[in-house]
Amino acid sequence: MNAADIPLWAALPAAALLVCGGLLTVVGSLGLLRLNAFYARIHAPTMGSTLGAGCVLIASMLLSSAMAGRPVIHELLITLFILITSPVTAMLLMRAAMYRAPD
Amino acid sequence: MKRRPLIPVLPVFLLAMWLLLNDSASPGHIVLGIVFALLITAAVARLRPLPAWPRRLHVAVGLIAHVLVDIVRSNLAVGRIILGASRRQPTIGFVKIPLDMRDPHGLAMLAVIITGTPGTVWAGHDAENNVLTLHVLDLKDEAAWVRTVKQRYERPLMDIFE
Repeated sequence: MNAADIPLWAALPAAALLVCGGLLTVVGSLGLLRLNAFYARIHAPTMGSTLGAGCVLIASMLLSSAMAGRPVIHELLITLFILITSPVTAMLLMRAAMYRAPD
Repeated sequence: MKRRPLIPVLPVFLLAMWLLLNDSASPGHIVLGIVFALLITAAVARLRPLPAWPRRLHVAVGLIAHVLVDIVRSNLAVGRIILGASRRQPTIGFVKIPLDMRDPHGLAMLAVIITGTPGTVWAGHDAENNVLTLHVLDLKDEAAWVRTVKQRYERPLMDIFE
């Protein structure tokens, strides 16, 4: 099955979701450039790992379900793994920063 | 006093994960999944003797819905702050929140929820006084953050884990 066979009802929302996810992730990464304090920058990439990744994964579920003709939802596991691992790095960075500059 | 939950949460969760990973619900995979789930549960019980006994799982459904809404809302809020950063840098700040929850699993879930939501990061927890330090990207109303964390997240987590 190639890309031309994807039905329109799946292709349109999936495309919209991919654009949204991409935009959110770009804005989150832009935050690393535009915010001027470490404590502010630490919040920016979370956008990409939450709603940005979420949009891409929902788009993936939609497309693979449409192509396989049955619900394909194992992307949920990726969501779960991102959700339980990404806070660990954020908290580590935060604690390290507070340790180096206690104020 | 804590009671055992009606369903063994960890094995059921592991079985669901196995079936999702293999993207199949054939009888063979179900049997294999049950075997793995029980083996892993037994192994984990030795590594981590403090079991989590979540109860009132219907509370969790409402909590997950709240968290999803909050993630979408704070994504938009953080996006707006980043795009407006050339005009105004956000006022970062720490908020101290006294907690009532003591259960380590509940606290871990609270840490994941807070840090997973853009705009807030868990910045420390004083185990002695049970005070949480929260870092907020754009701090305007300290009392509102205390209210949000305590009522929206801590209350349902205490219902589930304590």
